[in-house]
Amino acid sequence: MAYNPTELMASAASRVLEDGKSVFVGTGLPIIASMLAQRTHAPNLLVVFEAGGVGPKIPAIPISVGDSRTFHKAVMAASMDYVMSCAQLGHIDYGFLGAAQIDAYGNLNTTCIGQHENPKTRLPGSGGANDLGSLCWRTIVLMRQDTRKFVEKLDYLTTPGYLLGPGSREKAGLPRNTGPYRVITQLGVMGFDPESKRMVLVSTHPGVSVKDVVDNTGFKLIIPDHVPVTEMPSAEELRLLREELDPNKIVIG
Amino acid sequence: MDPDDARDWMATKKSRMLTDKLMPLEEAVSKFTYDGGYLAMGGFGHIRVSMAGIYEMIRQRRRNLVIAGKTAVHDVDVLIASSVVDRVECAYAFGHELRGLSPAGRRAVEGGKVKVVAELSNAAFQWRFKAASMGLPWLPARIMMGTDTFRYSSSKVVEDPYTGKPICLIPACYPDFAFIHVHRCDKYGNCQIDGTVIEDKELAMAAKRLIITTEEIVSEDEIRASPDRTVIPFYMVDAVCEVPYGCHPGNMPLLYYSDEEHMAEWLALSRTEDGVKQYLDKYVYPVEDFAEYVALVGGEKKMGYLRRLERLEEPLSAPWAKR
Repeated sequence: MAYNPTELMASAASRVLEDGKSVFVGTGLPIIASMLAQRTHAPNLLVVFEAGGVGPKIPAIPISVGDSRTFHKAVMAASMDYVMSCAQLGHIDYGFLGAAQIDAYGNLNTTCIGQHENPKTRLPGSGGANDLGSLCWRTIVLMRQDTRKFVEKLDYLTTPGYLLGPGSREKAGLPRNTGPYRVITQLGVMGFDPESKRMVLVSTHPGVSVKDVVDNTGFKLIIPDHVPVTEMPSAEELRLLREELDPNKIVIG
Repeated sequence: MDPDDARDWMATKKSRMLTDKLMPLEEAVSKFTYDGGYLAMGGFGHIRVSMAGIYEMIRQRRRNLVIAGKTAVHDVDVLIASSVVDRVECAYAFGHELRGLSPAGRRAVEGGKVKVVAELSNAAFQWRFKAASMGLPWLPARIMMGTDTFRYSSSKVVEDPYTGKPICLIPACYPDFAFIHVHRCDKYGNCQIDGTVIEDKELAMAAKRLIITTEEIVSEDEIRASPDRTVIPFYMVDAVCEVPYGCHPGNMPLLYYSDEEHMAEWLALSRTEDGVKQYLDKYVYPVEDFAEYVALVGGEKKMGYLRRLERLEEPLSAPWAKR
């Protein structure tokens, strides 16, 4: 069954999430991926929104991570202080992030392209990203991959990945054993080498070669000897995405 | 602000006397906001945000405000486009969440018309208000450390005397004036909010002046019948203004959903300075009060549709969505 790259990213992201775990989600694709996981393999996935929605039964795509859909039939309509404190306390397993730039250690830029004082492009800033990147046990980054986005050096480090490498997060004062876990793009899925904390290719999407991924990465990506192919979205996942989760094609196009 | 100065402010400028604070929004804005002041908007950028307060500040041609760009979306975009705000402390601004980036906000920063004077995160902003609400100079948190976001914030990292680990100290923030839009309150300013409170409980305590706009004024008896529902008590509040639909085109949880047709019109017009002028000349400047604005954006028919949308009785259409 034919699918578009965004549908594949939604499917791949949803499969990272586990039943009985919690996830802090942002606007757009993260919500779709979390809703998809809940309707397939992870019905008990606890979804948390930064404005205070905890465990909603999301009826339709929220336009904002603060709108009323984010606490529809929720277990709790709390506050930002409450959910951010939950993350700081260690209750949040996964956090979704997006970015305009990422480096080999999974550090992210969502603040500006060019110099901060005189930006070529001004982006929204951290929002909750720095908080999620600091406090969730594992973060999952969803973004497009090309050499302008996968860069050797960020224009601005908004959200911490592994900072300068092994031990760097703990040295800075961030909670131990946290950090980026997966980076999912239109080309493949990446993870992080446990020793060097540098980005490593986990799988290439169907029809994408390892060379395609390397050519679209502006830093040296670790390539294992054997790189599997990402599993395609199932017919049921595609049906859910198209008919139930985003019938108006607001996110998945 | 030194916490002792904050205490003096609260002791002398806020009243623990139960007094009627009902007034027209025009009066509240002229009395409690001023050029060059530090503004914070309650809600979440386009969720339960006092658009009525924003339009009134635009009409009164407030200038050179600094805004707390905390989860700022449509609020900051309109305030920048209308030249009310020229400095932003940014956690989130210049974006419209699912709708994409904000043309007006971006243009102003990229063109140098608006300065971003600090960067921080959403939790950091929230905890700045929380520190203020506790009467403390700062609150420790395990965020921002190791990043440029920290470098551009006014936070400090010190060694925690208990664990020996580095810890980030986030300074208290006391906005000069804040607007919070609520579902209902009495004439004294005892407020109830339905749904998530976001960071408004803390912001209400941190703000030096607090203007409440409310969908509905209810009796004191109704507030006292369920005191557990009060999120903001009267002694935090300086003015109470009744403004039904005062969050339009934003989403007022459980009452009406955001008006995506109107948002699309704004996003299209705000691509140019001319378009911004057209928008303000149509919806803001010539309008006497919020009731006239509501009529202008579609009146009861439109509000009925937005109420049905909120109750999930209508499908959402998103005219700004890329096809």
